[in-house]
Amino acid sequence: MSAYTATVTVRLKQGVLDPEAETTKRALERLGFELSGLRSADRFEVDLDATDEDAARERAGEMAERLLANPTIHDYDVEVAPRE
Amino acid sequence: MTVSVVRFGGSNCDRDALRALEDLGIDAEIVWHEDGLPADTTGVMLPGGFSYGDYLRAGAMAARSPVMDEVRELANEGVPVLGVCNGAQVGCESGLTEGAFTTNASARFQCEHVHLRVERTDTPWTTGYEAGEVIELPIAHGEGRYEISEDRLTQLETQDRVLFRYCDADGNLTDEANPNGSKHNVAGVVGERDSVAVLMPHPERAALADVGGTDGRPLLRGFAAE
Repeated sequence: MSAYTATVTVRLKQGVLDPEAETTKRALERLGFELSGLRSADRFEVDLDATDEDAARERAGEMAERLLANPTIHDYDVEVAPRE
Repeated sequence: MTVSVVRFGGSNCDRDALRALEDLGIDAEIVWHEDGLPADTTGVMLPGGFSYGDYLRAGAMAARSPVMDEVRELANEGVPVLGVCNGAQVGCESGLTEGAFTTNASARFQCEHVHLRVERTDTPWTTGYEAGEVIELPIAHGEGRYEISEDRLTQLETQDRVLFRYCDADGNLTDEANPNGSKHNVAGVVGERDSVAVLMPHPERAALADVGGTDGRPLLRGFAAE
């Protein structure tokens, strides 16, 4: 078994309205910043032990499928890195 | 017959639901989710509130608690299940119903009375209404915008599973009358069975004449429907 950190990033699917991001964008504009868009995402860093990187990725992917993301509104991706 | 009103940590409409059901002469009791559903459960109400502090997403945690396996099992047997507000979020998160209730388009918590058009009158929840009737119920939510892919929404509409839509006082489906930006003004839907329904507005807050009107009473009578 090796130690990994799986980073799961959960985003709203393209086309799904993100009122919080819109509000944040407007607040940045009020502060005088110029920007043409803003998207927000949730990032989960999961420490786990697995036989290899693929197994770690698969387990983290299942976590996203079953809880971290809601497939109706979210897309997600998983990145795995060895953990010291 | 006993309707189990499932209380999660953070539920806050459980007692309102109990009182409304009792006033209708429907036997009901509050059930702590960890205790599981009593054997004599003949209906399940998932009440409003902020279960688990809306951590992760509204309803996400409660939807994955063990009691929901029991709820799903009963739902598949045809036992009536009604999810209101947070209960509706739990219902969608648990797969009892399709779609998701997420952040209002306004990004604000909204507490107001809305008009709803009754889209179907042949479900246990809506036999007490006239076809196309406009009713008034309160909403109180920050995450009530109904989201679903266009494909799934088309399918849902083809299968006639939209129960209520936000409308104006005359029953017109307008953007102004849509309080939270829900797709196609959807306020409530039924699951695979008509006996499973979720909606964001609160029928239990419109069940006693002295407080909030009585337009929610026919809906709650769905628990007593044969």
